[in-house]
Amino acid sequence: MTTSAVSTATFEAQSLECIRDDRVLFENLCFTISPGEALVLEGRNGSGKTSLLRIICGIRLPESGKVLWEGNDIFHLGPEFHEHTAYLGHKDGSKQDLTPLENLRVAQGLGKAREGITLEDALEQVGLFGFEDVPTRNLSAGQQRRLAIARLLVTDAKLWILDEPFTSLDRKGIEQMERLFEEHLKRGGMAAMTTHHRIGFKEEVKLVRINLSDR
Amino acid sequence: MSTLSLTSAFTLLLKRDMTLAYRRRSELVNPLLFFVLVTAMFPLGIGNDPKLIEAVGPGVIWVAALLAALLSLDAMFRSDFEDGSLEQFMLSAHPVSILVLAKILAHWLVTGLPLFIAAPLLAVLLNIPGDAIPTLMLTLILGTPVLSLIGSVGVALTVGLRRGGVILSLLVLPLYVPVLIFATDAVKTAIVGIPTTAQLSILSAMLVGSLVLAPLATAASLRISLS
Amino acid sequence: MIVRFFHQMGSPRYFYGVAGKLIPWFMVSFLITLVLGLYYGLFVAPADYQQGESYRIMYIHVPAAWMSMFIYVVMAVSGLISLVWRIKMTEVVVISSATVGASFTFLALATGSLWGKPMWGSWWVWDARLTSELLLLFLYLGIIALHSAIEDKRVAARAVSILALVGVVNIPIIHYSVEWWNTLHQPASITKFGKPSMDMSMLVPLLTMAISFKLYYGAVVLMRARAEIVERERNARWVQELVQEEAK
Repeated sequence: MTTSAVSTATFEAQSLECIRDDRVLFENLCFTISPGEALVLEGRNGSGKTSLLRIICGIRLPESGKVLWEGNDIFHLGPEFHEHTAYLGHKDGSKQDLTPLENLRVAQGLGKAREGITLEDALEQVGLFGFEDVPTRNLSAGQQRRLAIARLLVTDAKLWILDEPFTSLDRKGIEQMERLFEEHLKRGGMAAMTTHHRIGFKEEVKLVRINLSDR
Repeated sequence: MSTLSLTSAFTLLLKRDMTLAYRRRSELVNPLLFFVLVTAMFPLGIGNDPKLIEAVGPGVIWVAALLAALLSLDAMFRSDFEDGSLEQFMLSAHPVSILVLAKILAHWLVTGLPLFIAAPLLAVLLNIPGDAIPTLMLTLILGTPVLSLIGSVGVALTVGLRRGGVILSLLVLPLYVPVLIFATDAVKTAIVGIPTTAQLSILSAMLVGSLVLAPLATAASLRISLS
Repeated sequence: MIVRFFHQMGSPRYFYGVAGKLIPWFMVSFLITLVLGLYYGLFVAPADYQQGESYRIMYIHVPAAWMSMFIYVVMAVSGLISLVWRIKMTEVVVISSATVGASFTFLALATGSLWGKPMWGSWWVWDARLTSELLLLFLYLGIIALHSAIEDKRVAARAVSILALVGVVNIPIIHYSVEWWNTLHQPASITKFGKPSMDMSMLVPLLTMAISFKLYYGAVVLMRARAEIVERERNARWVQELVQEEAK
């Protein structure tokens, strides 16, 4: 893919509607994000943040409406869309019986490998240097979350979809992770995330905020 | 996506699942033990008349294989569902059906293949004549992958459910009937000494058919279960 | 053209209205054909020269067995449509059909067993037809169980659609394998349709009963589908309006 294509890449939602247990969580929800921008979802518990993230990454079907990647419906793109995305959900998606290194290798193989970064680099960037060969089961909850974040770094995903990425991280960890997200956005990446934590980006990053409770 | 990266994703996942199985190798013998135990129960239930045991032998071995396969099916996607790995597979850059096929193959290697290896022993226990043992093993190597493939659709549909296990047997066992019929019939025919080409060809056709269709159905079912 | 028809039928409100108008017609024609079929089958048609009067249960058994297959195919086809085009109405048809199909399968099994008593001297024999029906009943029960186990009804409908498709691919194979198995183990059993040609006086009531059962299925599936739609769409404006109109 050429750089010009990257700069025009947009991620767009058109009048999404989501119904759960007979309750309309949101309807007619629209947004557009471009490279370097992040979508931040806010709202009470149960306001549909996770549902929205699951819809825009293509796991869940919306009741109505469309999600477009570079103008194409993601449900038709399938794997062609997913090679550009990385998803971090409530569950880490790591195997307890594998080592962090093995987990990362699988994550990299499932996506499109990013060039210029080794798996060890990625572990170092999230502060897991020296834990390559410890079974993931023996890591603390915060360390396991860091491992899940390292997964984002090893693929060439332009769009990061993050559901409460800072869960169980300490303050220093949160700061470190914020730097990683910032770098990703500066590289021309995009992000869609929910968080209870106020994000403190150092530099000016365009945030598209949507509050699901106000709707 | 090139074919090369498809094969590498397939082998990667196969290797992953085999590593995981190896790290929990104490659990590997469970389906095998179950297979042997169930088979050993039958002579105790029907009496020790050698003629009778010989007559029911092929059926007993195959019913036990069916139950052993059913028992082990639930593990195919359960832990991946619980720790979120399954979501990651759904969002991978590769077709889900390929990943699913790798998982089914890994599952069969650790649960189906041991049955095949244990079969001669059970054949001796159930008075199946030596001439028919190769046929028994052939039916197992052709039939047990079909059980894993068909079963994968059922597991994919029930993986998110709390009481999935009971429903799983209701969904899957009726679909196992053709394999059961042709496999036992092949062994019985072989005992009498008649060629079994017809039954074995039909079993091979079932294997090819399920190899093509089951991964697609499983991928679609997983997508539904996760939504 | 066809796509437009489906999209129109895909609107719950439109479907609800049309189905409501169709049900009485189905019901009336069902009752007429039922009375005609039963009268000709039980009183007018001659007794069988081999089986005497007991063969008359065939007028229930055979159409019920046909229906059990027919409904499964209808389910699979509507399942395919709802998976490919995501049409809500066909989803509703899939699950509304499952219970009716299971009932017909059970009816076919029960009448088959009753018929078997005078013919074979026992309530149950592992005859190819009966065994296939029994397996079909399990397939239906699987569908019903899966549907009731999944809480989100839209997800349930799509899961059930896949299962119906898997089932419809397997039914011919199951049927064929059971026939293979049966000819092998029970070569002596009497087939119910030994004679290739059936007398017109028996065929006409049989076909009338078959049509009658289909009409019944049509009426019931529409009724169930209407109920299902209203339940699913209970928050939609058109349903609220409907309730208010009814209240007046």
